[in-house]
Amino acid sequence: MADPFAPGDRVRVREDYPPGHVRTPVYVRGKPGIVVRRLGEYRNPERLALRLDGAPLKSLYQVRFRQSDLWPAYGGSDADALVLDLYEHWLVKAREA
Amino acid sequence: MSEFHEHEHGHPHDAPGHAPPAPDEKVHSYYQLLGLAMKELLIEKGVFDAGEIARAIEKRDAVTPALGAAAVARAWTDPQFKERLLADGSAALRELGLDAGALRLVVKENTPSVHNVIVCTLCSCYPRDVLGLPPSWYKSIEYRARVVREPRAVLREFGTNLADDVAVCVHDSTADVRYLVLPMRPAGAEDLGVEELAALVTRDCMVGVALPAAPTRID
Repeated sequence: MADPFAPGDRVRVREDYPPGHVRTPVYVRGKPGIVVRRLGEYRNPERLALRLDGAPLKSLYQVRFRQSDLWPAYGGSDADALVLDLYEHWLVKAREA
Repeated sequence: MSEFHEHEHGHPHDAPGHAPPAPDEKVHSYYQLLGLAMKELLIEKGVFDAGEIARAIEKRDAVTPALGAAAVARAWTDPQFKERLLADGSAALRELGLDAGALRLVVKENTPSVHNVIVCTLCSCYPRDVLGLPPSWYKSIEYRARVVREPRAVLREFGTNLADDVAVCVHDSTADVRYLVLPMRPAGAEDLGVEELAALVTRDCMVGVALPAAPTRID
């Protein structure tokens, strides 16, 4: 499998709402983040939930978000972050600003 | 799951004839009944027997936060082990004779500038193989919804007051990895041995909602 993202890459989570067993929380969809590291390749849970074999394998990435990007009224420090694990097909490269 | 899917009554509790259940009368939720029915069917079909279920439950119940605490205490006293624990949690636990389970364990280190806290907003992913079963608050809608958007307020409710210059990093375990927090060794614990240190490491410290208390000294 290709490895589409590298640590430090600026990404955006797909803003998409398909039905099914999706492991991408709604609160990060459409949000910008930064790839921290690649965790490996895993079977796709969206396919496993349909009792399929989960193929093709998907790269799983730890992605870091600024809390202030997730919650407009966030009350904590600017340095506060949220990290979660997203499968490659949920990430797109962010356009350069 | 049952606590989020309580049965609907559809009638007021003070309606005539609605007496509270007698102490020995068990009220099962929909999902509890489903689970019981499934268990009885699987036994009936010979997939496994009741003894195997009992032993599996016993094995699961035997896992306590003491396992995670042993790893934390070792990391506090052995910098090379700590390095290995942070690089690959599952492999480092195997060195201690502990099985972190089928899922990869990632250990996040608290530092003077970053405090980590763990949640699973989608369900109740939890490092069960090193901490045992999650407490009910960890699975509650309130914790899961609030700790991602107002972690500092939630931490304060656990009695954990972080300085403004300590960044909070929330880890939402959404996929195939389980997270464990490596707390900072408390001040005053310099002379303690590994076992005494492990006693300071509670479940909540390894979820990241609490900090290890300084040891109490008897002078």
